Amino acid sequence: MRRALETGKELSYYAASQALETAGVRLKEIQAVVMATAPDAFDGVHMKGDWLLDGAGAVRKPYLRAYVGGGSGVFSIISGWTLVASGLFDLVLVVAEEKMSSCQPHPQGAFLTIFDHTIERPLGPNLLWIFSLEQHRYMATYGIRNEDIALVSVKNKRNALDHPAAQVAASLTVKDVLASEVVAWPVHRLMVSPISDGAAAIVLASEHVARRLCDKPVWVQGVGWSLDTSYWGNRDLAYPRYVERAARMAYEMAGISEPRRQIHLAEPYDPFAYKELHHLEGLQLADRGKAPEDLASGRFERTGELPTCPSGGLMGVGNPIAAAGLMKLCELFWQLRGEAGARQVPGNPERGLAQAWGDLMQVGTVAVLGVD
Amino acid sequence: MKEWPPGVEPRVWKGTMPVQFLYTAGVAGERFFQTLKRKGVFLATRCEECRVTYLPPRIYCEQCFADLSETWRAVAPVGRVHTYTLVQVDREGHPLPSPEVVAFVRIDGTDGGFVTRLLDVPPSDARIEMPVEVVLRPPRKRRGILDDIIGFRPARGKRKSVQVSRR
Amino acid sequence: MAKPARVPRPIDAPPRLPLRGSPLSDEEFRGEVSTTPWTPKLEYGWDAGIAISRFLDGLKAGTILGVRCNVCGRTVTPPRAFCELDFKPMDAWVELSGTGTINTFSICYITWDMKPLRRPQIPAVIEIDGTTPRGGFLHHIGGVKGSSVEGIRKQLRVGMPVRAIWRKPDQRMGAITDILHFEPVKGRKR
Repeated sequence: MRRALETGKELSYYAASQALETAGVRLKEIQAVVMATAPDAFDGVHMKGDWLLDGAGAVRKPYLRAYVGGGSGVFSIISGWTLVASGLFDLVLVVAEEKMSSCQPHPQGAFLTIFDHTIERPLGPNLLWIFSLEQHRYMATYGIRNEDIALVSVKNKRNALDHPAAQVAASLTVKDVLASEVVAWPVHRLMVSPISDGAAAIVLASEHVARRLCDKPVWVQGVGWSLDTSYWGNRDLAYPRYVERAARMAYEMAGISEPRRQIHLAEPYDPFAYKELHHLEGLQLADRGKAPEDLASGRFERTGELPTCPSGGLMGVGNPIAAAGLMKLCELFWQLRGEAGARQVPGNPERGLAQAWGDLMQVGTVAVLGVD
Repeated sequence: MKEWPPGVEPRVWKGTMPVQFLYTAGVAGERFFQTLKRKGVFLATRCEECRVTYLPPRIYCEQCFADLSETWRAVAPVGRVHTYTLVQVDREGHPLPSPEVVAFVRIDGTDGGFVTRLLDVPPSDARIEMPVEVVLRPPRKRRGILDDIIGFRPARGKRKSVQVSRR
Repeated sequence: MAKPARVPRPIDAPPRLPLRGSPLSDEEFRGEVSTTPWTPKLEYGWDAGIAISRFLDGLKAGTILGVRCNVCGRTVTPPRAFCELDFKPMDAWVELSGTGTINTFSICYITWDMKPLRRPQIPAVIEIDGTTPRGGFLHHIGGVKGSSVEGIRKQLRVGMPVRAIWRKPDQRMGAITDILHFEPVKGRKR
């Protein structure tokens, strides 16, 4: 939601307690907790990972904070996975939280510090520049039009109409999107995800515990992450190579050699409309510069060949920075178990991918999930 | 480039982070502060299973995650000094006109309390386990924030020593 | 204008718990619920370090500096003391030209705290001539007429050559803003 009465701790508690209840696990059976939460400056609490921990059920337990900005939501399950796969723990709770409404007059005041303090901030930058500059380069490199990109807003906001937590779901056309005010050309207002407060949580278990607790566990089959240089002016802005590296790491672990055939649905990170397309190309799920064509042909619809953001994504559900990535993982969980209700993609999908991004605009975090 | 280049002044760039915060009290805090404002009373919540009484109150037990939304109760705003310190300087390091006694007061019948000022007591008379009672702002001046508590002063009248529940 | 959202259909798949949370309107947030304001005093003095200190000196003198690594062969700007790919000190300073190419640009109509700007800002990533393979940094484009997206897009292109417009020497202080902005170079074609 846009702004919650609840403190960050209470938001974490709601998500964590519901994850435990639906998993049929009690707090005392949880052996370790991972919390993903992005800059302290949003909630305005120093060391907020440690402050939130009682709401995440982590009192007197081994606890770690996963922190790569917006990539944290998927980095949380990667960190949780390492705790279980290493044999150290059998039952781990993973929670993600963000309360951005505390940051006034606008969370951009904290986001501004993404720019270099000495050679960028004196230029009076705006966070939107990072995105608009990247989107323009992407468009110019491949001859993509704004109309092609606006379709992502249309698809995701429409998908979100079926999501119970949706903050900005809507029924729009491309024309509506492009009629919204230009904030930083080529970005229009309806191509930007909102500021949000929210939390999400999942329960991870080792194989023997999972089979005892659950008739249809969803397995973490592959994880990957990679960060690129913070000198973003030195990078190829048209292509997120760090997302490719993260994806390849996850695919190798999952034994995937043909991602377009073997991944049945994807939740790429979509803080801005063009980002979904940018990331799908990095994830090797579309050819470079061709994701917009695939989108226009219907390939990424819920009923298409490779449904993307069936949840509604950040563009439709909301963007509480760290929690957004974990929201995508929750969606995969429900989709792969056939429990996504009105959002369910048809055809019994068996394997899905979630990807998050953020930090200094250079992290890719990827998780591949599947059922037996 | 292993050494400092000759003739180059080390430069320092100054800047700020332009943020201000507006914190909500939360579901539990909202009820606590609105009650404090209107009725001048402390509210706590309790987990029977873990035998913990939370003050400031919470909507969940941090040990077992039980939902405590139905366990609100009022507690008398009296307690004991659990620990205290004598503050001689302000945040910038300048001496205060007179030293302040800052204490953590454990509220009777709960497992919590407040960091607060000890009032009406010369610093040399402050004692650990000293019984104290709250001093609130007058009702019309309360705003439903922590500042509605001005501090705690030595309790008037004799009180039996109260057994504080331990976890 | 976006049409109002439909009320989401109830999700009937198990196991389902009703979502918790108490959304607040802006009014409620600012006037009705108990809130505590705090403005932290966050003041910093960042050491520029070896490389940027010299880069800033260069800007004061009206020069854009870069650095070169002999192992990977890159010449990059903004300068850094060590090559992040080969993890060794950079080998040489390079004086770069004051010209470059637009890698990308944007036309921005709002401030960081979401207030409208009367005249748009045109941020850009400028690839500085003399760097390889891609040595760009953030700056502004200036010398452009008009305020509309269409009008500005007629005057600027990705790939267009530009040159740095400097402040007068006595107004420079060793800052990125010693360059006022980059302007399209008239008459040159790529």
